[in-house]
Amino acid sequence: MLPELGHFALILALLLAGLQAFFGIAGPALARERWSGAVSAVVAGQAVMVATAAACLIASFVGNDFSVAYVAENSNSALPLFYRVTALWGAHEGSLLLWILLLAGWTVAVALGSGRLPPRFAARVLGVLGVVSFGFLLFTLATSNPFLRLDPAAPDGRDLNPILQDPGLAVHPPILYTGYVGFAVAFAFAGAAMLEGRLDQNWARWTRPWTTAAWSFLTCGIALGSFWAYYELGWGGFWFWDPVENASFMPWLVGTALVHSLAVTDKRGLFKSWTLLLAILAFSLSLLGTFLVRSGVLVSVHSFAADPTRGIFILAFLVIMIGGALTLYAWRAPLLRSAAGFELGARESFLLFNNVLLVIAAGTVFAGTLAPLISDALKLGTLSVGPPYFNPTFMLSMLPLLALLSVGIHANWKRGRLADSQRTLLYTLVAAAVFGCGLAFGLYARGSILTLIGAMLGAWILLSSLVDPVDRWRRGLTLSRAVLGMTVAHIGVALAVIALTTVQSFTLERDVALAPGAATTVGNYEFRFGGVRPIEGPNYDGVGGTLVVTHHGKPVAVLTPQKRRYWVQRQVTSETAIHMDRGNNLLLALGEDLGAGRWSVRIQIRPLVSLVWIAAFIMALGGALAASDRRYRTARALATASEAATAGQPG
Amino acid sequence: MRWRDAVAGLLLAACLLLTGAGAVWAVDPTELPDPRLQARYVALTHELRCMQCQNEALADSPVELAADLRREVRDQLLAGKSDDDIRAWMSARYGDFILFRPRYSLRNAWLWGAPAALLLIGALVCWRVVRNRGALLATDNEPLEEDGQSG
Amino acid sequence: MNRFLLPLGLFVLLAVVLAIGIRHAPEKGVIASPLLGRPAPQFALPSLTDPAQQVRSADLKGHWYLFNVWGTWCGECRQEHETLLQVHSAGVVPIIGLDWRDDDTQARSWLAQLGNPYQSVAVDRSGRIAIDWGVYGAPETFLVNPQGIVVYKHVGALTPDTWTREILPRVSGLPAGTS
Repeated sequence: MLPELGHFALILALLLAGLQAFFGIAGPALARERWSGAVSAVVAGQAVMVATAAACLIASFVGNDFSVAYVAENSNSALPLFYRVTALWGAHEGSLLLWILLLAGWTVAVALGSGRLPPRFAARVLGVLGVVSFGFLLFTLATSNPFLRLDPAAPDGRDLNPILQDPGLAVHPPILYTGYVGFAVAFAFAGAAMLEGRLDQNWARWTRPWTTAAWSFLTCGIALGSFWAYYELGWGGFWFWDPVENASFMPWLVGTALVHSLAVTDKRGLFKSWTLLLAILAFSLSLLGTFLVRSGVLVSVHSFAADPTRGIFILAFLVIMIGGALTLYAWRAPLLRSAAGFELGARESFLLFNNVLLVIAAGTVFAGTLAPLISDALKLGTLSVGPPYFNPTFMLSMLPLLALLSVGIHANWKRGRLADSQRTLLYTLVAAAVFGCGLAFGLYARGSILTLIGAMLGAWILLSSLVDPVDRWRRGLTLSRAVLGMTVAHIGVALAVIALTTVQSFTLERDVALAPGAATTVGNYEFRFGGVRPIEGPNYDGVGGTLVVTHHGKPVAVLTPQKRRYWVQRQVTSETAIHMDRGNNLLLALGEDLGAGRWSVRIQIRPLVSLVWIAAFIMALGGALAASDRRYRTARALATASEAATAGQPG
Repeated sequence: MRWRDAVAGLLLAACLLLTGAGAVWAVDPTELPDPRLQARYVALTHELRCMQCQNEALADSPVELAADLRREVRDQLLAGKSDDDIRAWMSARYGDFILFRPRYSLRNAWLWGAPAALLLIGALVCWRVVRNRGALLATDNEPLEEDGQSG
Repeated sequence: MNRFLLPLGLFVLLAVVLAIGIRHAPEKGVIASPLLGRPAPQFALPSLTDPAQQVRSADLKGHWYLFNVWGTWCGECRQEHETLLQVHSAGVVPIIGLDWRDDDTQARSWLAQLGNPYQSVAVDRSGRIAIDWGVYGAPETFLVNPQGIVVYKHVGALTPDTWTREILPRVSGLPAGTS
């Protein structure tokens, strides 16, 4: 009963999405106010249907309904309840439903918050979102229906992939997708503006909070994924430049550029066509990422089951959505010229450089990720690209950006007046250099020139970001949430740079073979192996090893990494033991049984690695603070004559 | 083409299920006598792809083939071969796909050259925009919306 | 020319590349062999049936042969065994087996039980020769011509279809067709 209801709800959602798209776009275009006014109601209806479908699927999981093929493939009666719920998004079909659910959520939020928008514009925004929803619902129903039945029903399920049976799974995909999907809102705002044929003077102000919010979620999502990989997989790394990781990183890079470009458009009415293009690009990369991981065109560790039929469908969807948006762009963008000016040392310049460098960074990640495809298509042979390509090329565009960041913070709009900040810049640079030397050559005494540069850049950004806020605070002035958010986000960037520099420069890794009672020294820590003993869990058994860790003889911790064998899928996983001590992250993983009680053990000491993710969350926090500034909800004061003239002709 | 799907699927399954007593990720306690050789060994085994579990490095893959290839790297290092010799040896047998670092060749010039080319284009764009906007400054008499904040 | 058309133009190029990528997607797990068109790797290994004897690549020069990499631990090898027996009874091309990282006794009883399609079987205990042939997953089958050049490689279980469409034509000197 429930699966049929869910299936039916999805079909209804599809129809309502189609209606939403139709009313939202045709209504304003044909000046039918009734249609435009009805869009919000249709949005509500679609959201209710999608939520119903999701609820039905969750209920099927919880109730162990193995007549539903998706449940049978991803669950098991021995699976703990918590994971039976999160298994909803454990594979392709369910994760699509999550996509659609979150898109409905964002759409509802936009509908609720559209009170201050001109009604026609709001209708168009919701209309564009309706097109996206329609596409995804159609794709799901046509090729990836989660409600397909098994006849006869399976006696039990094939269990959730053990790697996914982890609290991290509960949070990483939903938060990541919230960000991913959230860029659809910026895309919709851009689409609405292009359909209208003009960029309202408040357009950037309306778009900013939605975009920054989506960006915050994506930042959290990526950080969670990296953190989860680190402590769950037993491999000890946290970023592999895997195609699926890159698929979420590219929208993030472009999204960051978009957030900054919107600031310029908001403040000075500049970069309008750039901002539009970035809004289209950010969501296009989200869509492209969805395509890459589900079509089988790329080899990846965690792509979903490859199916070229689905690939063709998504490609068609991509062509329609992105091709359509870019065609609109080519048609409308030439009208958006502004007459504003700025000098070389102005804030606008720095934001321009920032955006160009971010887009270049996204471009190099794009080139590396799609290189195997491109090389194959151009008959240049099979090509393989990994960290040895991505690391140096990414740094090539990032280092200039980070250096410019510290300077740009002090630049004023229109006329930079950097000369005023000369002394500040010099003092902060010197202080940063001292910090850099201290970190690279003092604390760990093993640094390289890159360590010095990285530490200096990070410290400089940190100090630069703090100068103005601290000055204002001392003078008793208030700081708007937007500026506070910006400061916090930049501090997050600084901390991330320092943390990544430290981790890259000073990580110690050793794989050793240990007999019970034997010990080994890595860095300043000693690890004494206490052998293994059998362990058992709700749906697994295995062995747990004991390692006593001391630092210069003083006890630190007793860690117990495990090897688990999950019964249903007969899969072996390695559960790492992680411990924080004096800023160092100790990671231990069991390897193989070498016989006679000897085991191979992986030992990693990563200084400050936790700071990487903490810094990312600080960045996201900054974004959240900025997005919540009430300033974005007040329209600009009366338009000046020239502003009205440059806004272009109504469509 | 269904057998090809089966092959790909089987390889994946092999990595996940048929690793016997192996770990999901390999722990490789190989220790070469010379610390410089050891460093090269670690670097090379991270730079070479496991051909069976195709998105893992040789250093991390638990399958037997990976262990065989790691041993091969070790033996060749001990025999005094250079890093390039070893990479060439591997690609002669498995093709360039085994390398995580694309070769520096004319065929891959577009890939390695892409970042520099993008930077050049970016610099040109920046220069044009800054120049145009600088020129417009003279005629731009709009008062700045001074709300006292920089964001 | 409207420079705002540039993003659209680039996207069209990308879509073409992706479309080509989808067409080739089913083959993604299968890597093209660098051995095609090159001389077959040399080997001299003990024979499974008589360890005192050797199976040598030098002895095989002058006529076509199939080089089949297998093991008793390999499930797909079991599946293709029927096809190998058919190829053997056709008597057109001999099959040389490479027993890859296997147990000799088990291998001998496997062949005794299921039938022996091989002219001779070389034992590769260390896996070194398999690596020379670029093997990354059993079963794999290579077709070598009388001049000792590898002309075709098949990854996965051999099927009668592959035999008739890929191997037989090449041996007979006819143009071989793919799908």
